[in-house]
Amino acid sequence: MTDATNNEPVTRTGSGHGASLINNPKFRAVIYQAAMLLGVVLLIWWLQSNAAYNLGQQNKSIGFGFLNSTSGFQIGFSLLPYERASTYFDVYLVGIVNTLLVASIGIVLATMLGFTIGIARLSPNWILRKLAMVYVEVMRNIPLLLQLFFWYFLLLNALPAVRDSYALGDLVFLNQRGLYLPAIVSDGRFLIVVAGFLIALGAAIWFRRRTIKKIEETGDRKPIWLPMIAIFAVIFAIAYFGSGAPVELDFPELRGFNYAGGFQVPPELTALILGLVIYTSAFIAEVVRAGIQSVSYGQVEAAEALGLRESDRMRLVVIPQAMRVIVPPLTSQYLNLTKNSSLGAAIGFPELVSVFAGTALNQSGRAIEIIALTMAVYLTFSLLTSIFMNWYNARVALVER
Amino acid sequence: MTDLSFVRGEIVGQRPAPRRSTGAVAWMKNNLFSSVGNTIMTVASVLFVLWLIPPLYNFLIGDAVFTDPEGLRGQACRIEGVGACWVFIRARFGFFMYGFYPDSEIWRVNLMFAIGIVLIIPLLVPKMPFVRTAAVLFFVVYPVVAYFLMAGGIFGLRQVPTGQWGGLTLTLIISLIGIILSMPIGILLALGRQSRLPIIKACCVGFIELWRAVPLITVLFMAAVMFPLFMPRGVSPDTLLRAIIGIVLFESAYMAEVVRGGLQAMPRGQYEASAALGLNKVKTMGLIILPQALKHVIPGIVNTFIALFKDTSLVSIIGIFELLNTVRAAGSDVNWSSPTHAVTGYIFAAFVFWIFCFGMSRYSIYMEGRLHTGHKR
Repeated sequence: MTDATNNEPVTRTGSGHGASLINNPKFRAVIYQAAMLLGVVLLIWWLQSNAAYNLGQQNKSIGFGFLNSTSGFQIGFSLLPYERASTYFDVYLVGIVNTLLVASIGIVLATMLGFTIGIARLSPNWILRKLAMVYVEVMRNIPLLLQLFFWYFLLLNALPAVRDSYALGDLVFLNQRGLYLPAIVSDGRFLIVVAGFLIALGAAIWFRRRTIKKIEETGDRKPIWLPMIAIFAVIFAIAYFGSGAPVELDFPELRGFNYAGGFQVPPELTALILGLVIYTSAFIAEVVRAGIQSVSYGQVEAAEALGLRESDRMRLVVIPQAMRVIVPPLTSQYLNLTKNSSLGAAIGFPELVSVFAGTALNQSGRAIEIIALTMAVYLTFSLLTSIFMNWYNARVALVER
Repeated sequence: MTDLSFVRGEIVGQRPAPRRSTGAVAWMKNNLFSSVGNTIMTVASVLFVLWLIPPLYNFLIGDAVFTDPEGLRGQACRIEGVGACWVFIRARFGFFMYGFYPDSEIWRVNLMFAIGIVLIIPLLVPKMPFVRTAAVLFFVVYPVVAYFLMAGGIFGLRQVPTGQWGGLTLTLIISLIGIILSMPIGILLALGRQSRLPIIKACCVGFIELWRAVPLITVLFMAAVMFPLFMPRGVSPDTLLRAIIGIVLFESAYMAEVVRGGLQAMPRGQYEASAALGLNKVKTMGLIILPQALKHVIPGIVNTFIALFKDTSLVSIIGIFELLNTVRAAGSDVNWSSPTHAVTGYIFAAFVFWIFCFGMSRYSIYMEGRLHTGHKR
């Protein structure tokens, strides 16, 4: 276990004759590994035999057949069609989709807030700097679970009743029962709009790349942003109006004692996202600050000496170098946020752990299978993250002479 | 010959004094109003602070309830529009600190804390005498003594089952055990991960990556529902022990990664130098590599401790009454149906957690500076 050196051990001269086998490093390596392997195998065998015995006592067996049986319970919030008659496998899918929903919204918002606060921590303005510091030091030193309970409690108790909802125009309403957003209503032609959006985005990016290449070749400055936006707008408008403007917004409306229509976000989801974003953004802010500070000031001065203007100094010199430092810890913060979304179980948001490793496990009693399936999901996320990280690290690695 | 010399005929007017670079006004000019954008940010920040502070002050102090004429029964907080209900904290303070621990036995918890503090001071304060003795006592003898003080059952002490332990006491116990155990396991795992021997390396990598990939809450669920299945018949560790095992396994994987960072930062020359001195592998690691590597990664180690301390709050999900769970339980007490006591409880818990975590992070910064004995460049 203690072999940490990379250098090949030097076999002592004369160890072949007379010297005992114990002092031969190769022989010892084999012995150590055999012992380790034996230990692991024995441990697994012991655990397995215990499990087999205990399951036998309870007349249970291991198998994934239960995934096809009816779950019989309701799930409070689901993006997929789900009802009581759905199977445990549907529960699994609903849980994964809800976890992904929380993770993706949380990642976008936490990145925006985290970058803002990280940059504010480096601001020349003293008050802003100190405010950002207080935010970071307070938020990252309080357990996330406590923050979630706090926000959930506030959302349920401190918000007004339905009649006196906070309103943002006639679009967004916030009250004790949840957050009401306008919903997008469309039909099959919505796909055309989405395709148009993607094509427009692709065209704009292609234009940007081409222009930057041209600028780098010729040195002529040409406008980038305005034509880019124009290209995007024109293509998207053609796709949207060409398909007959098939997208409408459905606004929430007060009918009787509650809001109807629109998209209702339950308070559990709002609290979970709020807590995750506030907690994670404090960590992201630190990552961003460290990244920007890691670029030595000489780089800025060198860029100045080359005659780059201020925006180019940031865009071409500081940010690319800072990103190399920022991205790896940033992705691990994203992974943390995804893993932390499992705390939704504590405030009753139906994400994977709550609905599958909680309710479904209690009902079916299939502890081993369900925990294994749950862990498999998170292992996949983690694997995908590390694949991305390896790819990114290889891409941005310093080319040294 | 032309006259190239020039002599000024009149006296040059006095120039204005250079801008002051010290003093309050100059400081404000540099830090708050150096440009238009900066001024706007200052104004916005000040407005934000002015918007935030008065309601916070009113809630925490201005409208808060500090005294209860009727003897801490919660009547004083049952008024609309009242601020924080500090009476609630005072009334349930014992519960938050000790959980369900029997009142007559609380001196044992206090004694345990007192011994712990006496032993830990020489370890934390630099240049104290008896460091070695204190370390042995703290890491080896103290856990045993503390366990028997808490659990009882010998020397005529009343037995207190772990189900009755709780509050901040339990939070500290779990995190202390987690810290003491996850450190050596983490170091062993890190060394295994660096090993040349492929099987040992594969086992360690698999273990570390498995625990690091899953959320702690699934580990705790696993400890709660799966653990009994894998134990031999008749053996059924209690919930607290299961939770602690889960936390230790989980955090040791994180610790291993931190220590690995330190090991990788060690230059080859250190290994070669110790080989030249004729030290064997164990001595190389124990005397040369680990002391330096661990010193390098003190910030990472302390961050892991802080994460562990915060993570102990998750055991409330599997029904253990650590600090957060006692606060929650007390908050839903029907005798205290006031609008603000539950929030006050959360604020109190947040403050306690914050003090510990912030203290640890400041201490690590201090230690980092002190242990920086290498060549400062």
